Formats: sequence, C-alpha cells, structure tokens
Amino acid sequence: MKKENEQKIKELQLQAEKIRRKVVEIVYGAKSGHIGGSLSSVDIETALYFHIMNIDPKNPKMEGRDRFILSKGHSVEALYSVLEAAGFIDTEVLETYGHFNSVLAGHPTKKTPGIELNSGALGHGLSVGTGMALAAKMDKKSFRTYVLMGDGEQGEGSIYEAAMSASHYKLDNLVAIIDRNTLQISGKTETVMSLEPMRERWEAFGWEVIDMQGNDMGNIVETFENIDHTNAKPKLIIAHTTKGCGISYMEANAKWHHGLPDAEQYKTALSEIDSRIQNLTTA
Amino acid sequence: MSTDNLNTIPCRKMFTDTLVELAKNDKQIVVVTTDARGSVTLDKFASELPEQFVELGIAEQNAVGVAAGLVSAGKKAFVCGPACFYVARSLEQVKVDVAYSANPVKILGVSGGVSYGALGFSHHSLHDIAVLRTFPGMHIVLPCDIYQTEKLVEELVDYPFPVYIRVGRNAVPNVYENENAPFKIGKANLLLDGNDLTIIGTGETVYHCLQAGKKLLEKGIKARVIDMHTLKPFDREIVIKAAKETGKIITVEEHSISGGLGGAVSEIVSQNCPVPMRILGIPDENAIHGTALQIFHYYGIDTDGIFEKALAFYNL
Repeated sequence: MKKENEQKIKELQLQAEKIRRKVVEIVYGAKSGHIGGSLSSVDIETALYFHIMNIDPKNPKMEGRDRFILSKGHSVEALYSVLEAAGFIDTEVLETYGHFNSVLAGHPTKKTPGIELNSGALGHGLSVGTGMALAAKMDKKSFRTYVLMGDGEQGEGSIYEAAMSASHYKLDNLVAIIDRNTLQISGKTETVMSLEPMRERWEAFGWEVIDMQGNDMGNIVETFENIDHTNAKPKLIIAHTTKGCGISYMEANAKWHHGLPDAEQYKTALSEIDSRIQNLTTA
Repeated sequence: MSTDNLNTIPCRKMFTDTLVELAKNDKQIVVVTTDARGSVTLDKFASELPEQFVELGIAEQNAVGVAAGLVSAGKKAFVCGPACFYVARSLEQVKVDVAYSANPVKILGVSGGVSYGALGFSHHSLHDIAVLRTFPGMHIVLPCDIYQTEKLVEELVDYPFPVYIRVGRNAVPNVYENENAPFKIGKANLLLDGNDLTIIGTGETVYHCLQAGKKLLEKGIKARVIDMHTLKPFDREIVIKAAKETGKIITVEEHSISGGLGGAVSEIVSQNCPVPMRILGIPDENAIHGTALQIFHYYGIDTDGIFEKALAFYNL
C-alpha cells in the first residue's frame, strides 16, 4: 500500500473510533438505541461519508450528490454520529438524541440533514435505492446510490423484488451492502432463518457479489475504490462484521442488539475506545 | 349539468391518455407499473414513451418503493395498477416510503371498489379510503367521470403531495358536460342545490346521487347533491354548510360503511353541527359477486336505492 494511502486509512480509522465513541455516548445518554448493529456498521459508514461518496455537508441536497440509504434504520446512532462528525448536523443536535421531541428520532427521518429516506420498516431501502439509481440512469447522471441493509433484514421478501429489478435494469450505479454480523435480535441468523448461501443467492439474481471485511478500514476502502461501475451489474457487498465491534464485552453477542450499558460498562467501553484513539494519534 | 349516457371511455383510459400527452412534453413524468399494462390501459404509454416507462413485474411492494426513489431523485412518478393490491400488499411502502417520507408519488389504483365485481373479494378494494385517510400527508381523490379525470391528471403532474387516485374499470356515465368541468383537489363541487336534505357521493356513486336528486325533485323534494371527489384534504366547509342549511345528510360510497366518506362526514358533522345521517355503502361483509352495477343495486347505492333511502329519510 502506498504511503499516502496508509495515512488516509489511519485517518479514517481514527475518525471511525471517534464516531464509535459518540455512538456509545448517545446510546448511554438516551438509554435507548441499537448499539450492536451501529457498532458493526460504523467503519463502513465512516469510509462512505469521509472518503467514498460525493457529498457536501454544507449543501445536503446538492445536485448530483451520491445517495446513502440506511435500510437497517434501527442502527441510526451510527448514522447520526457520522452525520455530526461530517458536519451535516451540529454537536448540540446530536446530544438531543433520545430527548422528548428531538429532531433525531429512533429511526432515520428526512428531518435530519443528509438523510434521504424515512426508514425503519425493514426491506424497503433497496427498492427506494433502485428507484434512485434508475432515475440516475434515465437522466444520464453519474451519482451513485448506496444502500446498507442488515443480515437479519434479508428475511424480508420485498428485498428480492428489488434485487430482480435492479439487475433487470442493469443498475451498476447501485451498491447494496449487507452488514453481515451473523446476529439478529433473537440470536444467530442461521438459527433463526438460514440466509446462506448468501453469495450464490444474490449471484443468481444477477448481482456482482463482493466479500469485504467490514470492520477493516483498509479492506473497506480498497473494496469501494475498486468497484466496477461499468459492467451493467448491481453490486452486493457482503460486509463481514462483528456485532458490537470495538467493545470487548459486546462483541458477537446478540444481547447487545439493543442492550444498554450500565455506568461501569460505559466506562469500560470509553476506555477501550480511548486507548485505540491514543494509539492511532501517537503512532 | 346534464348527463351523457353514451360515454364509452373508462376513466382509467382517460387518465393514461391524458398522461401520455403531458409526458411527451415533460420527460420527468414516468409511469411505474407491475404486470398491469392492459389492466391500466398503458399500452400506448409503453409504446410511445418506452424511456419513461418502468415495468417491474408482479411486485407491488417494489413498485411503490422504486417510485419513491424515482421521485426522491426528481422524477414525477405515477405508479399504476389494480387498487386492491396497492393499498394492501404494498401498504407499508405507501405508509413509509411515500406518505411518511413525503415523496409526492402518485398512485393510480384502477378498477377500484367493486369494479372487479365478479372476480371476488380478493379483487375488491373497499377499505382503501379508510386506511389511507389515517396516513398523515396522504391525499385521496376519486374522480367521478372522464372530464374530471382529465382535469385531475393535469393538476397531479406538479402536485407536491403524495396522492392516491381511485378509478373504476368500466366506462361510466358522465356527470359533467365537458372538459370545462370545475375541478380543484380539495374543493368539493355542488351539483344540485336544495335545502331539504343533502346527498354526498364520491367517485362512481356521484352519478347515482345526482340521478336520485333529480328523481326526488320530481317528487317536490329539493335535495342538495355534492360531489366529494377529494377525500383528503377534506372540504369541511361545504359539509358544515350543508348540515346547517339542510339538516339531514346521506353519504354514498363504493366502500365499506366504516371509515370512508361516511366516516369523514360524520367526524365533521358530529363535532360541528350534529344532524341525522345515513351512511350508504358496503356493509361489514365480504361483498357479493356480480357486475359492478349488480353489486351497486344489491347494496342500494345505485340511483333507485339512493332515491328510496333518501325518500324514507326525508319523510322521517
């Protein structure tokens, strides 16, 4: 890897850890939220908002901007924290998360600058993203659409309606990502409802499927940068992640789908993140 | 106002024919449909404007979601298909992607109510008004004839809110005389004036309400007849005025008697100017099978049924 790339990756890693800290802070402050899936998706969203997507926090509705849809809307704490870090929303606004009548609802809404769709009901994002990508093709615009789904979400049948239409219309400007942390609220995805073979299923729908280590910033950046947007196939990135990534006692434990840290656990979480921030800052 | 019983053009065809002409000069207009080219009468649109035509197969949920995405990216999207499926199978997409997300998608539900009468209750849509009225931001329009449909389409193209439009399957008699028929979304039309009682219809029942009003006039009873083409936003003023000035209101709808036009009028009347009411529609049962007119007759929402109910109500 080139020197400048290494530097970029390190900056993104640092940014992701700062965002991870925010996620823990706002969930602890709100005494509500879906911390496990937020922490598994932080690195992906950080890479998109700070490196990959063509966006302008000062002009959230910029013509020609890339679109991001959080179809797994319950992981909204990661998105709010990313939007704050990127400058779409003020820190004071982020701190209202969980307050009565806060603009920041428990699932994404368009009232928050930078959010493109009110989501939360699972299985909707890919259809809407397909519509956006189709509009870009019709108008010969170059923007790209990214849709982040959960793995448990893959049980929703509407996703496969969207999947067949995106390949039918050859939407190579559409990138769907599955946060494959292998856990859903009730336990292991493969116990609740088998999702494998995930790659073969999506390939059968006419998608180009790419595996990615979704908590490895170097691999995330490399994957997104190398997407071929000219091969007439929509992309499905299976992002292999860890639920609760970055907080030792939360990792790979379905209990932390929407578990809430107590004061002691909160301290531990922050100290684990802070030590990584320290390492990234001094190294 | 007079009637032209010779009309042979279904409202769905008037809708799509008008849309084709507008879409030729406005490339942002797109039609999204499922496997419903024929059902909706979209063959002309598909053949003349293939670049503005999005076909998605039998997948209503995806159709509504895709339309929301198209609108979000600047398109003027009309999702077209049988009413019974769009307000059932894809209801959550209508609720979240369209209404809640404030994406001004236009949903054309064709062959609504009991238009598919003989096909059975799976194909009837007698709950759509009740359900969609409870979605904040959703607008609902049931035009009564081809002239009104034409005016409606023109207004819809740049209308900044999500709208559900329900039309029937077959050609229906005209209520209005020509293309200059007065029409504005949210503003009901007074078809016949009178102070003895009020009959309010919507969609295909409007013609029957007007005919019943004329029959009552022959008996010396002056009924006020109102075309409530828009169910949301609702023209409250015309209802309150009618309650105050006529003292009795009958509503007539091709819909469940729960939560539709009758429900909307009751909510306003009961809280502003309580007067006796009668709600005519389909009772709480799986509607009988038959042609639309047979079903209208069976449940008393055709001209004769309305006339008889109105007469008894007036004489009460």
